[in-house]
Amino acid sequence: MLPRPVRVRKRTRDLPGTVTLELEPTDGMPLPSYAPGQFTMLYVFGVGEIPVSISGDASDGSRLVQTIRSVGAVSEAVTKLLPNDVLGLRGPFGTAWPTSELAGQDVVVVAGGLGLAPLRPSIYHLLANREQFGKVVLLYGTRSPDEILYRRQLETWRKRLDIQLEVTVDHAGADWRGHVGVVTKLIPRLSIDVQHATALVCGPEIMMRFGAAALCDLGLPEQSVWLSLERNMKCAVGLCGHCQFAGLFACKDGAVVRYDQVRRLLAMTEI
Amino acid sequence: MQGLERILGEHRLFAGLGQQFLELAAGCAKNVRFDPDEYLFHADDPADWIYLVRHGRVALEVTTPHQGAIRFETVGEGEVVGLTWLLPPYRWGYDARATELTRALALDARCLRDKCEADHDLGYEILKRFLPVLVQRLRATRLQMLDVYSPGR
Repeated sequence: MLPRPVRVRKRTRDLPGTVTLELEPTDGMPLPSYAPGQFTMLYVFGVGEIPVSISGDASDGSRLVQTIRSVGAVSEAVTKLLPNDVLGLRGPFGTAWPTSELAGQDVVVVAGGLGLAPLRPSIYHLLANREQFGKVVLLYGTRSPDEILYRRQLETWRKRLDIQLEVTVDHAGADWRGHVGVVTKLIPRLSIDVQHATALVCGPEIMMRFGAAALCDLGLPEQSVWLSLERNMKCAVGLCGHCQFAGLFACKDGAVVRYDQVRRLLAMTEI
Repeated sequence: MQGLERILGEHRLFAGLGQQFLELAAGCAKNVRFDPDEYLFHADDPADWIYLVRHGRVALEVTTPHQGAIRFETVGEGEVVGLTWLLPPYRWGYDARATELTRALALDARCLRDKCEADHDLGYEILKRFLPVLVQRLRATRLQMLDVYSPGR
């Protein structure tokens, strides 16, 4: 439970108010290994601690890559850290995307806004082991063309011939040549083997709700759709109750959960 | 004509429509193509044609005085451009512009309305196909209005 000091090796500004930090150990010991979908707690000394998704490649043990958006005092402090600054690290915590169960399946990754960050480790896994899967589809939606996260990387992935990648924005000017409309609108157009497909969905909770429903309308069983819950994690080990989600603790029973476990809860208020 | 029936039957919107109805609907159809940036129609024009997109992409836009054309939706292969042909006063509420070379099947809206009025079974089949599109767009619009990607949501 004690934060371990780690150092910022590199800071990349992705979007206004959103940065990706590469962290390295200060003590020469290896960084903790993690599975795609897990998160850590990052502690800015004297300010506070927040949960942050791991957004890097899980097979690269030399650095821990995390993407943060400034939405409050602590996250703002994290986004302002510079190379060589030291911060506290706990974790990784939580459940992971079911990457070991995806072999032989069509895989649909549906990301909204910053939700692409916790999905990126699973995308690295899918691309690195591409021959193990059927169709691989990445659907990404965000607010406008200038708010596309990891834009260069998406452009690189799009050049691959072995994945389908669609980017859509909610609003755009006449100079945007891509899709316009919410990301869920792309789902009915998918051509996949729904009985042998798994979907990984992450984004704002409303988007996940509509996205999961659209995937099930397409024919995917609820058990084949996985979501990542975002809650106010504090202790990250299921003791404090801050992230309680009905009978679940998002920090230890999630953040990654199966849709059938939470479908009814997603529509309830004050959970 | 048989070619148009086949193309019409292959379009996602009319998939499964009976042969008799396909023949009736195909009697109102023609093939069209639009170059990039060519307009299919403008806001307030009479809703005379319905476009079933076969290939390409069409942007639906609203023009505002200060921001110019704002794209609020794109429509692609297997989808339909134009829904207000169903309801009076039969006028478009937005501009539709091809963003790339687009091929479509254009249905004469007046012709189709007349045939639906004369044959309510056909009318009901057509309505069953357009109503889900309306509902889907209503849901999508609701999500867009929620601005779900704004910080704090």
